[in-house]
Amino acid sequence: MINLRDKGADLWEGWNRPKRITFVFALLVVISLLPFAGNFSFSSFLNTPSASYQDVLVYPIGMFILMALGLNIVVGKSGLLDLGYVAFFAIGAYTDAILTTKTHLNTWQVMPIGIALAMLSGVLLGLPTLRLRGDYLAIVTLGFGEIVRIVILNSSITGGTNGVASIPNPPSVLGQKLDLNHSVNFFWIVLVMILLVIWMIRRFTVRRPGRAWEAIRQDEDVAILMGVPILRYKIWSFSIGAAIGGAAGVIFAAKVLVIAPDMFTFNVSVLILSCVVFGGMGNIWGVVFGATMLAYVPQRIRFITNARELVFGLVLIIVMNLRPDGILPRKKREKLSARKEKSA
Amino acid sequence: MRLEIKDLRVHYGKIEAIKGISFVVNEGEIVTLIGANGAGKTTTLKTISGLRKVSSGQILFDGEDISNVPAHERVDLGISQSPEGRGIFPGMTVLENLEMGKYNRKNRKIEMNEDLEMVYGLFPRLKERAFQAGGTLSGGEQQMLAIGRSLMARPKVLLLDEPSMGLAPQMIANIFRIITQINKQGVTILLVEQNAQQALQRAHRAYILETGNVVKEAKAADLLNDPAVREAYLGTGAH
Repeated sequence: MINLRDKGADLWEGWNRPKRITFVFALLVVISLLPFAGNFSFSSFLNTPSASYQDVLVYPIGMFILMALGLNIVVGKSGLLDLGYVAFFAIGAYTDAILTTKTHLNTWQVMPIGIALAMLSGVLLGLPTLRLRGDYLAIVTLGFGEIVRIVILNSSITGGTNGVASIPNPPSVLGQKLDLNHSVNFFWIVLVMILLVIWMIRRFTVRRPGRAWEAIRQDEDVAILMGVPILRYKIWSFSIGAAIGGAAGVIFAAKVLVIAPDMFTFNVSVLILSCVVFGGMGNIWGVVFGATMLAYVPQRIRFITNARELVFGLVLIIVMNLRPDGILPRKKREKLSARKEKSA
Repeated sequence: MRLEIKDLRVHYGKIEAIKGISFVVNEGEIVTLIGANGAGKTTTLKTISGLRKVSSGQILFDGEDISNVPAHERVDLGISQSPEGRGIFPGMTVLENLEMGKYNRKNRKIEMNEDLEMVYGLFPRLKERAFQAGGTLSGGEQQMLAIGRSLMARPKVLLLDEPSMGLAPQMIANIFRIITQINKQGVTILLVEQNAQQALQRAHRAYILETGNVVKEAKAADLLNDPAVREAYLGTGAH
């Protein structure tokens, strides 16, 4: 099977700096203009029936990408199967919902609190459970996801089944309003967050934490023998993933204005995990692509209503059979720097 | 440097795998533990490197009991293990694997080039394969990589678990020759082997393990000529 990621990387390596900058810039322009694509006849095929296309770009697409990037650190980079990732999303969302409705804090002020709470819960969950391996960890995280949902469902501060309503919109950013009529601005905010997260992950992975995660994923015992403090790095991986999920949750609550426990079911965890696996575990671009597809396609084929989920499931099965490592799998080739050294 | 195991017991669940063994590895020696499958050789090594917990007894390293030191910190103390089945990171290149061997060294940046040269000197093949993924190497090359990687941590004592496993006879001879060479450079070696012939030829002293007990201790050369040992571990046809 051809490795599309390697093809892309080869192309990229062949380019000089100005060419790369031009490409990135052009790509960013195209992506940031995506919300308007529905207005023009040549690109109107992108439009989603029965849901506002601009809203779809924020939720599910933007949110899925953010969460998938976060989960990818845990599952793709460090090889820890987390089946309760939705819990961190829910913690972020409820932190925003409760604090913005009950205090004078606005969304941006709540953001760091939401991230911190998600991280903290990641550490609390991780400390006792990350000593477990493989299947056991999956079961415990699955349980955690359910516990968080059930606690939310049954406590009064979270509004129980009714959830929290009339969550205020975030204050304007650079004079741009963020409300129901300005989904485009939300999209740009989420885009900036995604870019920040990608930048952060790339920083991490080329440095020591990335090596440690990679070693843990490939062989935990040998990683210990190399002197890697594996529990510490697993907890880092877990809490960074949680932080990203929390950040996505905060924005999500501020966008949809009403949240309820049934938005945070096990299904979401599975869907996000599917994004990671479908796109290509461990590779940022694969994960972004997978999340985009899995969020967008069901919205795009809404016109076939009842058969939608069935078709979606079939597509997943077929694709995973053809490309078991995902659409854009992680690197398989020789190390990048190697080529430079050889040619030098 | 002196590694002393005192009345060590290790359990897997309720099963006692190591039933109170004691032995000593003196500085500069090659000591080998030989024995059949299930004798507890690998468990002993894993307990010294910290992958298995001690049920009772002591692991004295330079006179200090390290049995409660976390496994990843024992590397810093100077104990380095090349695991059974080689334990190469298949998705990392040879160079990346070697760099992992230095993961916890404080002076890793300063030492890196010098130690890479040292490992490449012992195993020129690894230099040729430096940018190839570890998983694509042959069995012998992977064994070289595993040993080389454990040397990157500048160990005082090197624990080798079945370095001959699954290798062709010529490669086995080659690996053992290099093990002697490493020892001559000042690294103390504790070697676990099923290939008793090679191990006894290279080692100074040997302990024979049977179902979790040390049943015999002697100079390696004496064991090579011991009829009972020849019968049990070297096969009657050994010469």
